[in-house]
Amino acid sequence: MLKKLENIGTYTLTGLEQTGRTFNLLLLVLWELARPPYRFYTIVRQIYFIGARSLSLIVISGVTIGMVLGLQFYSILERFGSVNLLGAGVALSVIRELGPVMTALMVVGRAGSAITAELGIMRITEQVDALECMAISPNKYLVAPKVIAGLISVPLLTAVFDSVALFGGYFVGVVMFGVAEGSYMNGMIDAVEWEDVRLGLVKSVIFGVLITLICCAKGFYMHLTKAGSQGAEGVSFVTTDAVVLSSIAVLFSDFLIGAIFS
Amino acid sequence: MQKLNIELLTGIFVMIGIAAFTYIAVSIGGVRFTEQPGYTLTARFTSISGMQAGAIVEAAGVRVGTVSDIEFDPDSYEAIVSLRINQGVPVQEDAIAAIRTQGIIGEKFIKIIPGGFEELLTDGMEIYETESAVNLEELVSKYMFSDKG
Repeated sequence: MLKKLENIGTYTLTGLEQTGRTFNLLLLVLWELARPPYRFYTIVRQIYFIGARSLSLIVISGVTIGMVLGLQFYSILERFGSVNLLGAGVALSVIRELGPVMTALMVVGRAGSAITAELGIMRITEQVDALECMAISPNKYLVAPKVIAGLISVPLLTAVFDSVALFGGYFVGVVMFGVAEGSYMNGMIDAVEWEDVRLGLVKSVIFGVLITLICCAKGFYMHLTKAGSQGAEGVSFVTTDAVVLSSIAVLFSDFLIGAIFS
Repeated sequence: MQKLNIELLTGIFVMIGIAAFTYIAVSIGGVRFTEQPGYTLTARFTSISGMQAGAIVEAAGVRVGTVSDIEFDPDSYEAIVSLRINQGVPVQEDAIAAIRTQGIIGEKFIKIIPGGFEELLTDGMEIYETESAVNLEELVSKYMFSDKG
């Protein structure tokens, strides 16, 4: 009985400790960014890895989501005889919700897991310590470029996802089901306001920082957790953890941002 | 060569992203960096019943402006609505501003019904002839609870 209580206590404490470390890392990154030397090339390389190489995945998933939305909204709206709302429905749900969330989840799966694995392996093979020995701040050299690249890449990927998904909805609605082109496009333009675009932008910026930060912290502070002593198995453990945690963080903060900003 | 490649691809990615965002914001979201040329008129209504700033102003079914501001006048207990009318759309002195609803439960908008006078309203003037919102629930309750003898 006492043992169980103790377990609950341990879980709570480790949870708090990890959350604290993650946000501490954010402060460290901001502090490191303000100090010279500025390394732009490392950021470019990370934008290439997180952003440019995710582009094909984002385009494919965007078209698919747009087409699925077009299909589903069409069959629902047809029952009420208001097919002319198809454009508005697809555009609003993509720009406000699905675009930022789906993009963030895709980036978590593609780039987030790789970030955690990379940093975790660098930590257990003592490459991070080697950097410190050479007086190179690992926060600045390893973590900061990834967080900044997330901040820049995820909003851009979201914008690509949104426009491609609108095209997917257009394809299903107008080309396949023969909804009037004017009512699809104008319904979309009338329904979407700057507030909706801004909400999507705010979400994608926050998601971009959040997922890269969680994934970096998981790998970077691997030696402070139980997994640190387990070698390669530990890396797989923290990678799984990072993906699960950042996905949950994305979904939960999506709700929070939606509740605050609307 | 490898270095150049990464930079080139990153540059292309960033340009595609910015282009997509501009498309979403400007074409779909309707962001204007310069205000559309036009003039502002005011109108007083006894009830606007749920109309929001940003609502559409129509004349003959065509969008000719937007509602830019809604204020409450505590003295007369009326709503003062500012209408931003596009350049080149004439509004006569005796024109009527009426609040209408799209469909039965749709959004509220303001319909401009042209008048016969030759004098046109200019920036800052007031449309005197107004028709307030028709409240469907009030009409229904009036009908339901009226004494039908």
